[in-house]
Amino acid sequence: MQYMNKSIEELHELLKNQKVTSQELIKESLTLAHQMQDKYNPFVTILDEAKAQPITESLLSGIPYGIKDNYSTKGILSTGSSNTLKDYIPFFNATSIEKLNQAGAVPIGKTVLDEFGMGGTGTTGHTGVVRNPWDPTRMCAGSSAGSAAAVAAGIFPYALGSDTGDSIRKPAAYCGIVGYKPTYGMISRYGLFPFASSLDHVGVLARSVKDAAIVVDAMKGLDKNDMTSWDSQNIHLFESCTGQVQGKKLCYIKEICDISRYQNANPELKQHLDNFYQTLENFKKIGVEIHEESIDEALLKALAAVYVVISCAEATSNMSNLTGIIFGPRGQGSNYIEMMKDHRTKGFSPLIKRRFVIGSYVLQKENQDRYFHNAQKVRRLIVDCFKELFKTYDGVILPVGTGPAKKLEGSKEMLDENLQVLEEHLQIGNFGGFPSITIPNGFINDLPVGINITGNCYDDANVLNLAYALESTMNYKGQIAKEVK
Amino acid sequence: MAKYIAKIGLEMHCEVSETKTKVFSGAKNSYTSVPNSHVRPVDMAFPGTLPVVNKEAVRLALMASIILHCSQPEYMYFERKNYYYPDLPKGFQLTQETKPIPVGIYGYVEFECNGELKKVRVNNIHLEEDAASLDHYYSTSNIDYNRAGVPLLELVTEPDLHSADEAVAFLEHMRSIYQFANISEADSKKGQIRCDVNISIMDASLDENDPQNWGTKIEIKNVNSFGGVRDAINYEIERQTELKETGEYDQMQQQTRRWDEETQSTIYMRSKVDAIDYKYFVEPNIPKYRISKEWLEEIRQSIPELAHERKNKYMKEYELSNYDASVLTSKKDISDYFEECLKIGIDPKTACNWVSVTITGELNKENITISEFYLRPKMLKQITDAIKSGKLSSKQAKEIFYKSIENQKEPKEFISNESAQISDSTELTKIITEIIASNPSQVQEYKNGKTNLFDYFVGQVMKSTRGKANPVITKEILTQELSK
Repeated sequence: MQYMNKSIEELHELLKNQKVTSQELIKESLTLAHQMQDKYNPFVTILDEAKAQPITESLLSGIPYGIKDNYSTKGILSTGSSNTLKDYIPFFNATSIEKLNQAGAVPIGKTVLDEFGMGGTGTTGHTGVVRNPWDPTRMCAGSSAGSAAAVAAGIFPYALGSDTGDSIRKPAAYCGIVGYKPTYGMISRYGLFPFASSLDHVGVLARSVKDAAIVVDAMKGLDKNDMTSWDSQNIHLFESCTGQVQGKKLCYIKEICDISRYQNANPELKQHLDNFYQTLENFKKIGVEIHEESIDEALLKALAAVYVVISCAEATSNMSNLTGIIFGPRGQGSNYIEMMKDHRTKGFSPLIKRRFVIGSYVLQKENQDRYFHNAQKVRRLIVDCFKELFKTYDGVILPVGTGPAKKLEGSKEMLDENLQVLEEHLQIGNFGGFPSITIPNGFINDLPVGINITGNCYDDANVLNLAYALESTMNYKGQIAKEVK
Repeated sequence: MAKYIAKIGLEMHCEVSETKTKVFSGAKNSYTSVPNSHVRPVDMAFPGTLPVVNKEAVRLALMASIILHCSQPEYMYFERKNYYYPDLPKGFQLTQETKPIPVGIYGYVEFECNGELKKVRVNNIHLEEDAASLDHYYSTSNIDYNRAGVPLLELVTEPDLHSADEAVAFLEHMRSIYQFANISEADSKKGQIRCDVNISIMDASLDENDPQNWGTKIEIKNVNSFGGVRDAINYEIERQTELKETGEYDQMQQQTRRWDEETQSTIYMRSKVDAIDYKYFVEPNIPKYRISKEWLEEIRQSIPELAHERKNKYMKEYELSNYDASVLTSKKDISDYFEECLKIGIDPKTACNWVSVTITGELNKENITISEFYLRPKMLKQITDAIKSGKLSSKQAKEIFYKSIENQKEPKEFISNESAQISDSTELTKIITEIIASNPSQVQEYKNGKTNLFDYFVGQVMKSTRGKANPVITKEILTQELSK
């Protein structure tokens, strides 16, 4: 590996000064992609025909990257990691892809996800399990598993992800890289296969905060095809990464990260939380104030349920277009109902079907108030709590998950209910559409762990600069996965 | 029916035809016979596509809401109505339920039926998208997505109608509103109007205003013409009356039936217990947006003159008869034609006569609409001006009218030629008699057998009329006069 471990800025310098060509970068990236595919299975499709792009003022020009396979890519297989779309080749690009094309970025592969983004393990894609490049016996988390694995393995400097609950930010932590989901609507969702529209975000996995900023700068903007997109032309993320954070204020939430709440905490969790507090010390040293805040525990305990109800309800409706009539393999049957049933029965994995059942149940007329409308109310209450915090603080800082990546096999033990809040709190970022970024903040048993900063809507520049400043106090920027022995 | 009263409510679907694009898509909103040509990816629900609201469709829907005296919402929402059907690519229809408030709730409409003023309450009117159209063949069905996403207004009335006559009069009134407000062509031949009919009957002796006295509601789906509405209602009243008479009415379950054109009867589809749960919820991809008071006022100001307003104006300002005013406002295109005539300076009574008699007659004869009619108002004016200036007699004017239509040429081409001609036999006879009187010797020679002198007399007539005399008539009269 000669180039693909470098940052976007470094690669751009090399390309501009003709020390390397786009073609050479593509060749190295493709070689790595094939090598890593055998080991970790991050790709649905490797684009061996990838073409060099001219080097322009755009920092992304000529540089390889990866795309999660739930983005619509013109002329390129786009499966959503689902059998229902196993042969689907779209005839239009997602807006974000179109923007990266204009910037001269070079897609190298389409990456595996949990089917349509539903799942947090990277194990339910139709092309098989994605393995963690730090330890192939462990998962990458999901759903942006392939993108996280590929970026961590150094195949390219960044890959696109999507984030409905924590699908960018959790895999980033498990793979020791940066995962950033900007404010809802900052990047158009047009062409992103929907999971739950009110929670879905387009975002990026990269190996440094600046790289993430560069990519989102290129993708963001008002899109006439997405009514929820907004004009961010006055926001310049890359330029906002100055490292000047003197006087900024952050808080963490006691009910989420106080070790005393986890009585049976295993050593990993203890280390993870100790490491979290140590990272906060780094922050304080560069002038950031950090305070402890409290949130009604009842609200936090409702997080997972609220997420399940809202996301499943929207998902069951969003995926009603998958009937095999207009696209996807046509089902067998003597009438349209049988054909649709056959297509959907064969096409979806059991996990998705369970979620559809939940989604239908909570939307039924007699259940809507009790489940769906209540979940929306609680969602609002949680979001209001965070908005209240953002009146005082630049962001909320919290540990990601309960420790490093989990084992693929033998991790069947049920999640300790106590730990649920720690595992699920990133969903608050989706409830509120808040900008939220995970960066690596250390190792436990040679496996990476992450920390997350979430800020107020439209305050992406501030959040990214904070993450950039914190990243600069540690040595994990740009790290490439090294398999543990 | 003296024994029972029918209570009828209508759900009238009308396509909004007067927007450039579909309601949530950039595809063209216009009728075409080429299947699947007005389609964008979102109309076929390709993965990742998103709805974008057409502001003009919302504006027209709000205009309809204002015309129907409804309340308008403070915020606009759309909802998903979830169900699977091959004509519904997304697996849900974007529509509006009554909660949150659609474009209009709780209004009323006044209309005339057999000379009586009637009032029907409007429960709500909402904006939604149409489904694709299906063509069924022996063993296959074809789907045409041109219609998928066309804006549709659904108007739901309270059960305030009592007969097929009232229902049809109401529908005609609504069609006129949609047409005159430039919301829709409202052409049921193009499938732009479709109705569901709710109907129950109750004992006439009971108080109609107490819903407890109402009968069991039967819904008749997909009645696609006004004639169908009339027939379906009459059939259903008769059917339900029979059930009353045989004592079976009270066991009848609330149910959905469909109108079958072929057998001219309603056929059972499903009972209320099998009603579909559409699992409505607010469309998350369309952010709720505020309908400002200013915008509503702007829309209110921009409502075009409706049929009854035009009719009043015709009677009051132009002193036309009730009958003439009714004929002129029966269809928007006719009324527009008439108004165009006035705008370019044709006198109202003259224009009325031409439009309501001659032109309407011609339209009926040719079975065309006035927009397909060759003679535009400015051409009609060529004729009426010529009458006014004395160039044409009214009889000549009629002749030129038909000549113009027949040859698809402007009347002025005929007027310049024809008005150069004198075809009036009385006038020609007078001229000819004078010529004969002042040429006695030539007359004598002619009578003596020098028949080629006939051309001499023709020449004299032409000379004296500066060539305007109609040669055919001239020759006829000359032959006659010279043989005297």
